Amino acid sequence: MEGLAFYALYYLAAAVLAVIVSQRIGLGSVVGYIAAGVLIGPVFQISVAGSGYLEQFSEFGIVMMLFLIGLEIDPDMVWRLRDKLIGLGGLQVVATIAAVAAAGVGLGLSWQQSLLFGFVAALSSTAIVLQTLEEKGLLRSDGGQASFAVLLFQDLAVIPMLACIPLIAGSGHASSSGHGGAALLADLPGWASAILTLAAVGVVVAAAHFLSRPVFRTIALLGLREVFTAAALLVVVGITVLMSAVGLSPALGAFLGGVVLANSEFKHELQNDIEPFKGLLLGLFFMTIGAKIDPETLLANWITVVAATLGLIAVKALVLFPLAWFFRVRGPAGWLFAFGLAQAGEFGFVLLTIAGDRGLLSPSIVSVSVLVITFSMVLTPLLFALSNRIVVMLERRGRHHRDADQPEKGTIILAGVGRFGQIVNRMLLANGHKPVVLDYRADVVDNVRKFGVKSFFGDAGRPDLLESAGLAHAALLIVAIDDKDRATEIVAYARRSNPGIQIIVRAYDRLHHYKLVDAGADHIIREVFDGSVQAAGIALESLGMHPYEVEKRKTVFIDQDTAGLARMATLVDGDVPAANNPEFIAGFNDIGKVIENAMMGYRSGYDEMVARGWNAPDAASIHVPRSAGPDRPS
Amino acid sequence: MRILVLFAHPAQRKSSINVAMAANAKSLEGVTFVDLYSEYPRFSIDVDREQRRLMEHDLIVFQFPVFWYSTPALLKQWQDLVLEYGFAYGPNGKMLAGKHALACVTTGGSRSDYAEDGGNRRVVEQFLYPLEQTATLCGMEYLPPFVLFSANHLDDDSAQQHIHSYPRLLTALRDDRFDLTGVRLLPSFGSSDLIELMRD
Repeated sequence: MEGLAFYALYYLAAAVLAVIVSQRIGLGSVVGYIAAGVLIGPVFQISVAGSGYLEQFSEFGIVMMLFLIGLEIDPDMVWRLRDKLIGLGGLQVVATIAAVAAAGVGLGLSWQQSLLFGFVAALSSTAIVLQTLEEKGLLRSDGGQASFAVLLFQDLAVIPMLACIPLIAGSGHASSSGHGGAALLADLPGWASAILTLAAVGVVVAAAHFLSRPVFRTIALLGLREVFTAAALLVVVGITVLMSAVGLSPALGAFLGGVVLANSEFKHELQNDIEPFKGLLLGLFFMTIGAKIDPETLLANWITVVAATLGLIAVKALVLFPLAWFFRVRGPAGWLFAFGLAQAGEFGFVLLTIAGDRGLLSPSIVSVSVLVITFSMVLTPLLFALSNRIVVMLERRGRHHRDADQPEKGTIILAGVGRFGQIVNRMLLANGHKPVVLDYRADVVDNVRKFGVKSFFGDAGRPDLLESAGLAHAALLIVAIDDKDRATEIVAYARRSNPGIQIIVRAYDRLHHYKLVDAGADHIIREVFDGSVQAAGIALESLGMHPYEVEKRKTVFIDQDTAGLARMATLVDGDVPAANNPEFIAGFNDIGKVIENAMMGYRSGYDEMVARGWNAPDAASIHVPRSAGPDRPS
Repeated sequence: MRILVLFAHPAQRKSSINVAMAANAKSLEGVTFVDLYSEYPRFSIDVDREQRRLMEHDLIVFQFPVFWYSTPALLKQWQDLVLEYGFAYGPNGKMLAGKHALACVTTGGSRSDYAEDGGNRRVVEQFLYPLEQTATLCGMEYLPPFVLFSANHLDDDSAQQHIHSYPRLLTALRDDRFDLTGVRLLPSFGSSDLIELMRD
């Protein structure tokens, strides 16, 4: 118990500290975890047994991540990305393997070793890249989607790679030390283990498809939350054990299990249950990588490590960039794609470990290779920053050549043309206004360009992009992106940079509304409010209320709600959470009293507001004798 | 005659007479009944559709409660939008020529209020004069209005009498059993005049 608490203390403290620092510097959480691993590396080495135990434990992070990725796989999206998935991903893997294997043979390695290094180099880090893209809000951008497709293909390509290792290593070379459960296969000839491997995959798919649903349904009926969590973990651990037994990557099994469960009705529960474990264990995984950085091996081979790392990144980027161009992932998306995927990945560790066990690589080569992979992963945030820098530089240079793209004074800037911004854009265009449109999806931007709209590709949250869209001289800014924090940032930045601009912004909910008021927005539109009121109105109509009566009731409802919201906004203090602000709570009880009361059944106030006008006078005659005229309707 | 009833009432929940009249008119065969506030709650009138309807009928009935000596707002909007130049009036706007127009109104004021020496200082047909002149300009024959006074303070019998006379009036007009010559001699008429004006 003491030992466990000791590890937990070091792990959590180092993780919290290093991640905070790393995030603040802008390097992202992955580097933070790896740095934390380096820091506590000595602690792991206090007990070698503990280190191995932790390492195995942390690999569950990857297993869970792939399980979650699998759960997120949407058949429609895969179909949409099929060109990139198979074409771009396939060519990337083949070309990288070929390039690296050729280089390896050229450097005097055996063809088996060269091929293995090709395998290792062809894979990028799904964990780091997806996490970074998600943090930067670029996952749905063109470059992000292309990266996702390629990562997905790579993750799938690991299956044949793993199956290949026994074949190229040859069973005779199998080291007797064995790697855990993989010993099950160690004595089999290559072809037999390949068949067994595929059979295990079949078992996972079949079990996930046929067995999981009745089991989950039974547990869900019990209504015991923690049992469901346990069952969700059981799925992941079960897959891990099975896959390890046949020497296959548990991560891949988990990924397949996730894909099979993706359209099950328990998808979201599974996600919610696994997510926190994944986050922590993935952190642990990165920390064990950090802990693997052995100063002695590094010092002895630092030239090899540095050269191999830079060579690896260069080869990968050189393969990725032209391929991206060929598949129409160009401009900023191309740079993001080429640099974002230029590192090696966590599956590389797995391949290296198995190759080591099979005697294909000597232990010293394995540890140097691990260092190379690690460094290429550590450099990933820098590569992302580099791609961003290149894009900004190219944009700046490009602008000197393209005077026509110079924004004019008095322009409208529309940030985001998704489901919301698209409608705004269409209506503006229909009325003869051409906004400058910012979006990070190139196909959207191209589409909008057809209508002669000036459109800029990129993340609207980037100040330089806003400035180049003409923020300084714009009359109107419409923020229609769906990321609420980003929207708030854009509003605040635009208000500071151009105090006279009119800002219309899409709000996610009430709290976001208050934040936007603070940030300096002029007009705030709650994104689903109007649609919801429409639906409620149609519901009332369907229940037999007269359409005009419905119209009046909708209007009063909107007025009351909006007035309440405006009153509340003055009470919100940006620094104090709403729940801790007594004025806010008091105000919350006060707002929309009319509506709240009506909801409780005391409808008189609401009815009165709706019904004003067209009231008949109480008296039979409204005429005061000898008066000049009537004071009520005839 | 093919009859089109254009009914305009913004507060039907509060209506005592008009909604009951409308319910009767609605169920009549050969009468097209339109609740304008129901079809255009946001005042965005479909002009083409309204013009088509006008052309498909011979008698246009405007049924509404008199508000501030005029039509309810939506009926005014209807006139403003539907009676276009070139359709309803102007050298080429003869689409409504030869049709009949009839206002069927209720008033809050009593018959004595609507008199030279009453509180409103004019008779009711004078307040309806804009409608009359509109119909005339469009080449329609404007018939004397069918009026119910004191609509908010009626005893039950008088209310029921008016409510039931309305569909009878409409069917008589539809079947050409209504004495148009006779009614033209009156300034306005009510349910009590119907017996004399109906032919069998």
